[in-house]
Amino acid sequence: MATKEEIVAGLADIVNEIAGIPTEDVQLDKSFTDDLDVDSLSMVEVVVAAEEQFSVKIPDDDVKNLKTVGDAVDYILKAQA
Amino acid sequence: MSPTNHTVVVTGIGATTPLGGDSASTWDALLAGRSGVRTLPQEWAAELPVRIGATIAVEPGEVLPRPLARKLDRSAQFALIAAREAWADAGFTAKAGEDPAIDPERLGTVIASGIGGVTTLLDQYDVLKNQGVRKVSPHTVPMLMPNSPAANVGIDVNARAGVHTPVSACASGAEAIGYAIEMIRTGRADVVVAGGTEAAIHPLPIVAFGNMMAMSKNNDDPEGASRPYDAGRNGFVLGEGAGVVVLESAEHAAARGARAYCEAVGQGISSDAHHITQPEPSGRGIASALQHLMENTDIKPAEIVHVNAHATSTPAGDITELKALRQVFGDDVNHMAISATKSMTGHLLGGAGGIETVATVLALHNRLAPPTINLVNPDPEMDADVVRGEARALPAGTIAALNDSFGFGGHNVVLALRTLPA
Repeated sequence: MATKEEIVAGLADIVNEIAGIPTEDVQLDKSFTDDLDVDSLSMVEVVVAAEEQFSVKIPDDDVKNLKTVGDAVDYILKAQA
Repeated sequence: MSPTNHTVVVTGIGATTPLGGDSASTWDALLAGRSGVRTLPQEWAAELPVRIGATIAVEPGEVLPRPLARKLDRSAQFALIAAREAWADAGFTAKAGEDPAIDPERLGTVIASGIGGVTTLLDQYDVLKNQGVRKVSPHTVPMLMPNSPAANVGIDVNARAGVHTPVSACASGAEAIGYAIEMIRTGRADVVVAGGTEAAIHPLPIVAFGNMMAMSKNNDDPEGASRPYDAGRNGFVLGEGAGVVVLESAEHAAARGARAYCEAVGQGISSDAHHITQPEPSGRGIASALQHLMENTDIKPAEIVHVNAHATSTPAGDITELKALRQVFGDDVNHMAISATKSMTGHLLGGAGGIETVATVLALHNRLAPPTINLVNPDPEMDADVVRGEARALPAGTIAALNDSFGFGGHNVVLALRTLPA
């Protein structure tokens, strides 16, 4: 099971790969759409990559609730449990 | 001049082709008679009947930022690179609106491709079969749709007067430029970014064109395989890349002090209604397009000193085009220096009209007609003055040139360009 820090670091790598944002800019309070250049299509890619990396399932209906990096980290922590 | 009959000029050019990553390097290679055809390096090519192609000289991944490139089909990547070069070449310093010299509401894009995002479609089908539903990219649809290059360039330059994608197989790029000329001539836009792009070097299109017996199988001599007008020609060589021009009303260009390469005089269009892939053998359809051009514009046969021919190196097509020129222009064909640049670039399908318009603009601007390479034993029916060996100087004074493009489906598009008064 990944720790909170490991999930943030993993999401930072994923966002860097998909949107080209420097990993240090991927912080808990950052909005995927407004701050990290991840549009609704790219968000699907982020979710699929996160599911694979952290061995969790994130149903499509839940994706809309993941506004910030912190939202995604909390979701993944819970889903791992 | 009435407000609905604006003169159109070319103020910017851009290209990424098998000969070079921009229009200048492409032009240098065309003048030098260099071939862009090579043995396909991909593993999948080794077992195919056709193993040659005119692959891009500079990979788009070396030019575009990765996050942008991964959301674009290769055809849109080529178009964006060529469009950005043309946009800067036209003297614009930022997107429309940010650069006050151009109003977004008066800017359009018309960029065509013959096949669209075919590699995205086929690659993502492989992903679906091999990796499952969840792995199919959410960008697949906007990547494969044929209007994607025009739309992405439109977003890049902030074009709000309209984004269009005419599709007419190998005439698509020329039809796009013709459409753009009309947008400006009739007052719908002041500036239009227009051209053609194609990225179809993938086993399925190559096998499919090969099974039509449309492609050269001279696998042992890649550089000699594309040989328009030569008696030994045996089909086209598939190329990839894009060519884009910035077209602008003469008033708008003058008002912002832009450099104009030449006038984009107009177009002639017709359709064969003969056969889905074979050209109408008498040249009737092409002749009709040429006649429309002469009727629609003030161009004079005596001015036309250069033709960038469609001439793909297929046995049927090359001579049909020459017959049509002779039918319409008679003895005036004798003063036309004819160049088949596909001998060097290969055939870029929907991209051809784009890069060949760039080549024709540069031919007038530099007053030089590029050579046709690999023309060793001319077809006995080659009744025209095809430039061979070295580039040839074009005369002084006001001169005009044609760029011909024809496509499967019987599409005939002829564009005319002319030098501006000094």
